[in-house]
Amino acid sequence: MAHVLEALPAVPPRRRISPRRLWRTARHHPMASVALCIIVVFVLIAVMAPLIAPYDPAETNGRNRLQSPSWDHPFGTDSLGRDVLSREIFGARISLQVAVLAVAVAAGVGVPLGLISGYRGGWVDVVVMRLTDAVIAFPGLVLALTLVLVLGPSITNIMVALGVGAAPNYARLVRGQVLSLRNMEYITAARSIGAGDTRIMTRYLWPNTLPSVIVAGTLTMGTAILAEASLSFLGVGVRPPTPTWGGMLNEAFTQIYVAPFLSFFPGLAIFIITLSFNLLGDGVRDLLDPRLRTTQGL
Amino acid sequence: MTAYIIRRILQMPVVILMVTFALFVIMHLLPGDPIYAMIGESEASIDPEVIEELRGELGLDDPVLVQYLDWASDLLRGDLGRSFRDRSSVTDAITDRMPVTLQLGLLSLFVAICVGVPAGTIAAVKRNSPIDAFVTLFAMFGVAVPNFWFSMMLIWVFVVELRWLPASGFVALWSDPIEALRHMALPVAALGLTLSGSIMRYTRSSVLEVLNQDSVSTEKAKGMSQRTVIVRHALRNSLLPVATIIGLQLGSLLAGSIIIESMFALPGIGRLAIQSINGRDYPMLQGVVLLFTVTVLVVNLLTDISYAILDPRIRYS
Repeated sequence: MAHVLEALPAVPPRRRISPRRLWRTARHHPMASVALCIIVVFVLIAVMAPLIAPYDPAETNGRNRLQSPSWDHPFGTDSLGRDVLSREIFGARISLQVAVLAVAVAAGVGVPLGLISGYRGGWVDVVVMRLTDAVIAFPGLVLALTLVLVLGPSITNIMVALGVGAAPNYARLVRGQVLSLRNMEYITAARSIGAGDTRIMTRYLWPNTLPSVIVAGTLTMGTAILAEASLSFLGVGVRPPTPTWGGMLNEAFTQIYVAPFLSFFPGLAIFIITLSFNLLGDGVRDLLDPRLRTTQGL
Repeated sequence: MTAYIIRRILQMPVVILMVTFALFVIMHLLPGDPIYAMIGESEASIDPEVIEELRGELGLDDPVLVQYLDWASDLLRGDLGRSFRDRSSVTDAITDRMPVTLQLGLLSLFVAICVGVPAGTIAAVKRNSPIDAFVTLFAMFGVAVPNFWFSMMLIWVFVVELRWLPASGFVALWSDPIEALRHMALPVAALGLTLSGSIMRYTRSSVLEVLNQDSVSTEKAKGMSQRTVIVRHALRNSLLPVATIIGLQLGSLLAGSIIIESMFALPGIGRLAIQSINGRDYPMLQGVVLLFTVTVLVVNLLTDISYAILDPRIRYS
């Protein structure tokens, strides 16, 4: 009997995410749950920006320049008299958009490369791995800066620049998993019933790498928000009239001696949302991929 | 092991070639002619013939591949070319600015380690105590806080309100140590404290792992004091993965130096990178990126090697 059992193809067990498990995870990770709530709030703010912003973010007011926080302007006003709170609410749109799209580009480029590289091996693997080496060795911020300058400072281009820079991490992550999966018996079994390479990669390998890709994706969100803010802060992000948190900090830095309070709230928003994505990533990791808990640090 | 090291060293030129060539192609796709960035005047006011002459002189009319091969063959002779802006030597520009970046980077790393390792160790030993909670909180802060915002908050408190420290400028450590430290305090705090976050986190989990091992229980059973066990055994074994992390932090240190140097007007390599990107100064940027890439590759290799030497269980093939 034992003999027969051993001969069965070993399919990695798929855990179902039941409401009970979700609730248990939420209770074990109060921080991740709070983080998720914060992210949801930020998303709502971004979606409903025109409804909740007290002022037009582009409306200048010469008589109201550089006001300290007050009841009328809770976060103060900038050097053109624009309401900082309203600008910050609209800024959430850019940050979240860029983060989601950058992660999508990174995973969209990196995951297929990692699948092919790990499954095929040989020269394909060598080429893909040297490519990822090159991108990883390239100083990330310089890569993003030059790419944005080449492509032009639009949201799409920023997300491409950040996505390309992050793609190698996904390629390596998926490749590593495929290497350990590809010799498992369920793959051999799939091949023996006539599944082609493409089918094996898309139907049998890719779903099993999904949990770690989701975990990595959540963590990259935070990094992408920071990176977008850095680009805008350095003045190569989305063009000035559009409010971005990084761009607001760039303007605030020029006024730091006159109105230091201007820099407080935009930075705080970047900090809170990045922190939330990091905390959520930790929680998601425990939910989807408990084996990774100790090995992957951040 | 030796074969592995040799293979890794042989791979380096390939990666360097790919990085520099990719940058070369990207830069030549940049909108805007470097000539105008160089002359800094509007198109109309300059004699087109002069521009043509300049283009020829700089080799800008050659195909990209030819330009790259020119650059690469100069590189093999140790010549990084001349800046488009002021025709100064790229090698000189980089060596001039090197001490600034080294001073900032090494001091920040020093602060990050001095804060991160002890804090992480204490947090692990006093697990689930208020100290642990505080350290974990601080570590999360370090990882998520944008270093430019943290810098601005530091400037607000220490420069604008308290007027204790200068907000910009560079003084070399060997010329006037006290002034140098006063000028370095804020940039180093901004870079070092944010970096210490991840070091703290890794030290904590690494020490925790070692503390749970049987050897530590044995030492305790033999009657060794808590302090001896931690310092002599636990810390030593757990610093290994921490060393790797510190090596891997180099990337964020370099990225951080780009922003921090620009903010605090420190004339270092990071600021040079921004200036050459904005000024379309191809040769200068190419030199800076080359330096960054080689540093990252060498440090990664050293980290891997030291890891294998310190931990005999690890074998590379």
